[in-house]
Amino acid sequence: MSREPDVLFDVLGPRGRQRTRIATVVVVLVLAALLWLALRQFAVNGQLDGAKWQPFTSPPILRFLLVGLGGTLQATVVSALLAFPLGAALALLRLARSAPLRWPAAAYVELFRALPVLLLIYVFLLVLPQLGVRLPLFWQLVIPIVMSGSASAAEIFRAGVLSLERGQSEAGYSLGLSYWQTMRLIVLPQVLRQLLPVLVSQLITLLKETTLGYVVSFPELLHNGQTLGEYTQTLIQAYLVVALVFVLTNAGLSQLAVGIDRRLGTRGRRAPGSAGSASGQQRPGLQVRLDA
Amino acid sequence: MTAYLPELLRGLLVTCELSLVGFAGALVVGSAVAVFRVSPVPPLRAVGALWVGVLRNVPLLVLLVLFVFGLPDVGLRFSLFWTAATCLTLYASAFVCETVRSGIQTVSKGQAEAARAIGLGFAASLRYVILPQAFRVMVQPLGNVFIGVVLGTSLVAAVGVADLTNKTESLDLQYNEPLTTFGLAAAFYVAITLGGGLLFGVLERRLRVSR
Repeated sequence: MSREPDVLFDVLGPRGRQRTRIATVVVVLVLAALLWLALRQFAVNGQLDGAKWQPFTSPPILRFLLVGLGGTLQATVVSALLAFPLGAALALLRLARSAPLRWPAAAYVELFRALPVLLLIYVFLLVLPQLGVRLPLFWQLVIPIVMSGSASAAEIFRAGVLSLERGQSEAGYSLGLSYWQTMRLIVLPQVLRQLLPVLVSQLITLLKETTLGYVVSFPELLHNGQTLGEYTQTLIQAYLVVALVFVLTNAGLSQLAVGIDRRLGTRGRRAPGSAGSASGQQRPGLQVRLDA
Repeated sequence: MTAYLPELLRGLLVTCELSLVGFAGALVVGSAVAVFRVSPVPPLRAVGALWVGVLRNVPLLVLLVLFVFGLPDVGLRFSLFWTAATCLTLYASAFVCETVRSGIQTVSKGQAEAARAIGLGFAASLRYVILPQAFRVMVQPLGNVFIGVVLGTSLVAAVGVADLTNKTESLDLQYNEPLTTFGLAAAFYVAITLGGGLLFGVLERRLRVSR
């Protein structure tokens, strides 16, 4: 954070302090009331009974959820390993001088940035089998994620390349390097380092998208949570636990992104637009994907 | 194609409704949470931070199944459409909040100090000095959030709301014309996101101040 939000108000005087104290008390009371209402709603419907939460302490069930988390992570990592290099390639193609290279890449990126992943998944689920193509569940989930993820990554890389000083690539050309050599040897290594925090937060998006395994029945965390909830009749508990695990995992990843951003920042050169939050929302040309 | 086009358009309408309701709701809730996060009251700040921390990190689909299939377990039943709209609002509000907050942070410190120097309090300096300037910087990122919400609405198909994606899937099963059903749906999504992008682009140019 570049600036403390405290600039919006003065150091509080006696009256201001008292108002803050009153507001604090009121807020705490309101929060307590809301919490009480929520708990009562759970209690009245018998959802706080020990039996409803018991399953989540038994080792086999925890192991089942862990297997789900493993599936989630596996799908995320494979998606990232495919989507990021593909995105970098698309970005370079889109920035290339020859139009036959530029246009298809641009069309691909713009199209897949505008299509929801679920629609792509339905294409794989419904249309491909009719054409005689049968993919394993894992790939039915991962390929659509990679298709849209690579388009998003392409925009990240493009913004990164464009934000690098032109002198760098000009120096490459003046050494007699070709476009591809300049990109590979001079531009990309620098861009990659600067983009590291954004790519880590992009991992969060990919991880969220793997919950679509729920639709294709790939055993990831949400799907396993559903199976478990329906089997033990503890749907809301199972989904709450699943949500908690997702929040903790992603919070860890975004903490990592903030950490990398800070470390890179102290080394002099700032990542493009890193003055804002490390989530990459404010960076030019970036799109927040919410469809996961 | 004429047989199922009306159905598909009905799905498109639901997608548009959900997008607009979700985005409008997120604007209101997200701005409120952003004000919480910069307010002088510590517990309000904590609520804001927790709100964003949870809702930005939970996958939207998890939120949807939790609300749609979980809440009836505790005796809370709402219409499917409004449950889905609530989830979208909650989820997008975290992104709106962060956009508003970083918008507030781009306004130079001198502006806030000037506002305080002429005697404006927290609320007044936000209302008359900070937010009007912050809003200009926020337009484009908010446009991105809007496009995100449009794409996000597709997930309601997985919990049974008859939106564009859901209709496409069921019409494809019924009529078995994947090229036209999926083609049309893709065209609709591209049109909505392009339209949204253009709209926010125009808005940004209108609001831009040359310095």
